[in-house]
Amino acid sequence: MPSAKYETVIGLEVHVELHTNSKIFCGCSTEFGAPPNTHTCPICLGHPGVLPVLNRQAVEYAMKAAMALNCEIASVSKFDRKNYFYPDSPKAYQISQYDKPIGENGWIDIEVNGETKRIGINRLHLEEDAGKLTHVDGGYASLVDFNRVGTPLVEIVSEPELCSPEEAKAYLEKMKAIMQYCDVSDVKMEEGSLRCDANISLRPHGQKELGTKAELKNMNSFRGVQRGLEYEEERQADILDDGGLVVQETRRWDEAQGRTLSMRSKEEAHDYRYFPDPDLVTLHIDDEWKERVRASIPELPDALKARYTAEYGLSAYDAEGITSSKKLADLFEESLQYTKDAKAVANWIMGELLGYVNGNGIEIDAVKLNGQGLGEMIGLIEKGTISSKIAKTVFKEMLESGKSPQVIVEEKGLVQISDEGAIKAIVEQIIAKNPQSVEDYRAGKEKAIGFLVGQVMKETKGKANPGLVNQLLVDCLKQA
Amino acid sequence: MTPLEMSISELKQALTDRKLSASELADASYRRIAETDERVQAFLTLNEEGAREQASLTDGRIAQGEAVDILAGVPAGIKDNIVTEGLRTTCASRFLDNYKPIYDGTVSRKLRDAQVVTIGKLNMDEFAMGGSNENSAFKSTRNPWDLERVPGGSSGGSAAAVAAGQVSFALGSDTGGSIRQPASYCGVVGLKPTYGLVSRFGLVAFASSLDQIGPLTRSVEDAAHVLQAIAGYDKMDSTSADVSIPDYAEALTGDVKGLRIGVPKEYIGQGVDPKVKEAVLAALNVFESLGATWEEVSMPHTDYAVATYYLLASSEASSNLARFDGVRYGVRADNPDNLLQLYHESRSQGFGPEVKRRIMLGTYALSSGYYDAYYLKAQKVRTLIKQDFDEAFNQYDILLGPTAPTTAFRLGEQIDDPLAMYLNDILTIPVSLAGVPAISIPCGLADGLPVGLQLIGKAFQETTVLRAAHAFEQHTEYHKLRPQL
Repeated sequence: MPSAKYETVIGLEVHVELHTNSKIFCGCSTEFGAPPNTHTCPICLGHPGVLPVLNRQAVEYAMKAAMALNCEIASVSKFDRKNYFYPDSPKAYQISQYDKPIGENGWIDIEVNGETKRIGINRLHLEEDAGKLTHVDGGYASLVDFNRVGTPLVEIVSEPELCSPEEAKAYLEKMKAIMQYCDVSDVKMEEGSLRCDANISLRPHGQKELGTKAELKNMNSFRGVQRGLEYEEERQADILDDGGLVVQETRRWDEAQGRTLSMRSKEEAHDYRYFPDPDLVTLHIDDEWKERVRASIPELPDALKARYTAEYGLSAYDAEGITSSKKLADLFEESLQYTKDAKAVANWIMGELLGYVNGNGIEIDAVKLNGQGLGEMIGLIEKGTISSKIAKTVFKEMLESGKSPQVIVEEKGLVQISDEGAIKAIVEQIIAKNPQSVEDYRAGKEKAIGFLVGQVMKETKGKANPGLVNQLLVDCLKQA
Repeated sequence: MTPLEMSISELKQALTDRKLSASELADASYRRIAETDERVQAFLTLNEEGAREQASLTDGRIAQGEAVDILAGVPAGIKDNIVTEGLRTTCASRFLDNYKPIYDGTVSRKLRDAQVVTIGKLNMDEFAMGGSNENSAFKSTRNPWDLERVPGGSSGGSAAAVAAGQVSFALGSDTGGSIRQPASYCGVVGLKPTYGLVSRFGLVAFASSLDQIGPLTRSVEDAAHVLQAIAGYDKMDSTSADVSIPDYAEALTGDVKGLRIGVPKEYIGQGVDPKVKEAVLAALNVFESLGATWEEVSMPHTDYAVATYYLLASSEASSNLARFDGVRYGVRADNPDNLLQLYHESRSQGFGPEVKRRIMLGTYALSSGYYDAYYLKAQKVRTLIKQDFDEAFNQYDILLGPTAPTTAFRLGEQIDDPLAMYLNDILTIPVSLAGVPAISIPCGLADGLPVGLQLIGKAFQETTVLRAAHAFEQHTEYHKLRPQL
């Protein structure tokens, strides 16, 4: 919080690419990563004489997304042209929706510092993506790839109801989770299938009218959004503190420099000359269609979270963490087909799995773990086949190789030693070698036993059943 | 009679009877072009190699006794704003001087499927903006009836080529009168179908909500055959209508008994040349003698049509023509300093003055702060104009009037007065705004120049329009008049 004097007001515009098979107005593939300009045709290249034909799947995905965001779905919707010249836009206009978007007046709940806050969604509309420009070093040329042009996008505009960069980040995370659950997008910020622009302004506490805003662009990660907003919050507060006026403008977040830079002022803003696209007809969405799409929406994170706490007794924190990602929730549920211990599953996911993923800076998708493996591994711990400590080794191996826990345990010879005779021999050996610790223990320093357990485990390369070791040590120490 | 004077059904008979081959027909067409086009200037690009290939293919099929389409082997010209794969398509603009399309428009494909022999691409006003062909970046087509006069436009090349007997038929496009007005000036038949009847996929857009492709022919029956080949729903065009297509030639019964004709008094009032009006009134006598009835009707919003049209059509054009930016195809300015200059220079060099005028007009009309007063208001007036037609069609089967207020004017006569030029379309524009079908057919000569009669029908009632036009033609000789070239 840069200053206690001001209230921060943030609204977000989120663009989500819909993962339809083909583009929104032609039959070209939307596959990511193909060689430049291979997924193109006269239509998406904007050749003279071509016409757009709306992709039904894109409309249904947009409806689904809008419904999941609690929007009202329009019965009559239409498409408009947003006119501007830029080399990434082959028709020199983008087909978008101006005054009749597919969805309006929605909301989502976000969780910040243990508190739930409802954020309004002003609108969700459907539009086409632009191509991708690559500026050649030295600035003498730019290369354009039209593979992406015509990929269906939804633009989701929040109400200006977010009050901190942290809330903005929570909003984005929730948005991402909802889109994942609906299965309408890959929502990968690094591939550009989720993008975010932000409007931010400051006003003195208690003031009703909004302060002058800046529009922030070019934030390419959730962290970037948060940092960009934090920077901007501070910048505007400094201006206001000095008695200055914030200029209404578009600013670019420079990740490397860690600051925002002016792109264009209000005066330089485009006049997009929106008008209804005469090449497309009005879109009528009847109740039957709406209901059919609604029926295809799965249980969403909020509902799932409530169920996990009630049904499995998970803590609110764990339930929130697991449901924040569809992948994690799927993993959780799949694991429960192989073990009854939901809390153990939650602990492994929230602890070891997220620790590994975050520690290595990778996506959940990149790990090879599946629910069956995790469930069965917990079963092995329950049966005493492996210790919890060994399990960590097994788990890491599962993440990296995708092998089943049984195979890993066998291949690496990690089966727990639960043979009392074998362990007792080692216990006696350790007691003989460590008279000081034995003495400490007998003198009442209960902690000393920990050291002795550790020595036994070390001797058995961690494979001894720790419970048994503990029990045998206590027995031996008492006897002697 | 030279083969190019024959009707489409006569050609079909002659080809089937092997009295004539498609190759001979193509030869005759190119010979006629060689004889006359230096004077008429109708063609921008000839397709000799492709045409001869198609003709010999068709000849082979006929020789093998294959059943072929009625249009198979028939030589035709295509307006140069209809995209033809591999065949230069310029829209008569410098911008597309070097443009060879990489795909076929729906209508072009339909003609190919019917084995029509495409002789070449026809001149027009640049991007279909104009009514004289003087806005072509390449040449001014002449009226075959008087080489000092314009053929009309924007489908002037199409009308002139048919009138000059260079091809059996031509395709044109009509946004505010661009098929009917040149048909009128050149003494041929020109049909603008109902908006949505013929696919616009592959028609380089001028004003998307108005553009329609249609035939220019020497008889109504020929128009019916060509329409049959090009009409129909197309999934590539969202605005194409999913309606069943009747047999148009079968509708030509010659019977107009009981046909109720409305004559909008606004269409024969001020500004219409008395000789044109005289020819139109004479035509009414013909219909009356055939058992039709007529009365005057009022279309009260006619006066607002031209202003409405120039706002809407220009607004759409300003957006449709934005893709011509010098980046992917067409003209690109040499060595621009930056992106903005690339756009400025490419568009400044590529577009002619009329196109620039309309882009500016449309850009202005759509601009923030002006949108409501211009574009939105014009849309509302368009609805009122449509209502005029709806109400008239409650009482009448057909509306009738002149196609244009005058006969063909002299080259250069109106080029410096865009507003005078715009008024030539005063009788065709309301029909375009209403989206209904209309045909222009010859109904006499005034001072040796053809006069066009416009018959307007209800939406998708092309059969009624064609039947009435055909009945008139059967009882008059005007369509047989030919210019001396």
